[in-house]
Amino acid sequence: MLQADRKWGDAGDLTLSAPGAFNPRVTVLPPFQTLLDEHAADVMGVLRGAVGREDAEDCFQETFLAALRAYPKLDRAENLRGWLFTIAHRKAIDHHRANGRRPLPVAEVAEMAAAPTGEPEPGGEVWALVRALPPKQRAAVALRYACDLPHAEIAAALGCTPEAARRSLHEGMKRLRRELA
Amino acid sequence: MKDALHRLAERAGAEGLLDVAYADVDSPFGTLLVAATPRGIVRLNLPNHDPDETLEELAARVSPRLMEAPARLEEARRELDLYFAGRLTEFGLPLDWSLTDGFRMRVQRAIAGIPYGQTRSYTDVARSAGNERAVRAAGTACGSNPIPIVVPCHRVLRSGGALGGYGGGLPMKEALLELEGVR
Repeated sequence: MLQADRKWGDAGDLTLSAPGAFNPRVTVLPPFQTLLDEHAADVMGVLRGAVGREDAEDCFQETFLAALRAYPKLDRAENLRGWLFTIAHRKAIDHHRANGRRPLPVAEVAEMAAAPTGEPEPGGEVWALVRALPPKQRAAVALRYACDLPHAEIAAALGCTPEAARRSLHEGMKRLRRELA
Repeated sequence: MKDALHRLAERAGAEGLLDVAYADVDSPFGTLLVAATPRGIVRLNLPNHDPDETLEELAARVSPRLMEAPARLEEARRELDLYFAGRLTEFGLPLDWSLTDGFRMRVQRAIAGIPYGQTRSYTDVARSAGNERAVRAAGTACGSNPIPIVVPCHRVLRSGGALGGYGGGLPMKEALLELEGVR
């Protein structure tokens, strides 16, 4: 863990490259505080939406402790925001499971889901249509296309079988295509 | 939000997930940044040097698990306050020498032993570090001291008494020596 006396650009950073291989990618992780400064407030906001104001703080602590645990071993630093939101999302699911409630009140899913990749903007036209979908379809679409979850995990998040998750996703996508056509 | 972050820093520390804690500490010279690992103070950034650069250096060279955690630096703040008030002559803070090694570290450890209100020459500290002739290297070691003030490189002068150099600027070196009743 302690890498005493290594400097930027030391040969030590590049030891994984085979001789002559072109491997310019060196993971440089920013100070963890930078992640807090830039994303903590948004993570808290999303968690308040997902689990309610009262329980958001617990999920927030769990999210960032899990992130700290994994941080030094991360081998990519390109989408740390997305990575944090993925962890927050899982912690929200854990929270709902632990409480024995039906996981993921769907109103929050699209909101959470939109944040990680940043690509489908929450306010975009498509997402307005997604928000208008029936709850199950809406959650399935959000989890699949914004959180990039596989069917099995969508099923876990929604508390249904993978088959049912696939069906919800399919129905949701069909409806979106129809409305966008 | 602020409370949540404080609690996070506390829990991270308690669970061994906080490798470097840091905090700002006011001084008569401007804001210092003090950073500590669980072993002790590892870095002190003087006001004339960009603290963000120092944090990035710590993330790269010690650990990226680095968070602002003032509660973990209370003792450092207390001792520094007393020192600047002229009421503390010997720091009791544990030190972490991770950011230095070899001859540099031997020089810096020798500097740590120079008593309050006294000065040594670059030749003296080179000798204490085991190589009397490495005076230039001793000068470089002073210049790369990761924990200035606490490791009092301001007490090292040129033979003959000229000030030599200081990372925080010569006026600061002079002021620290004055505070300690030298010059």
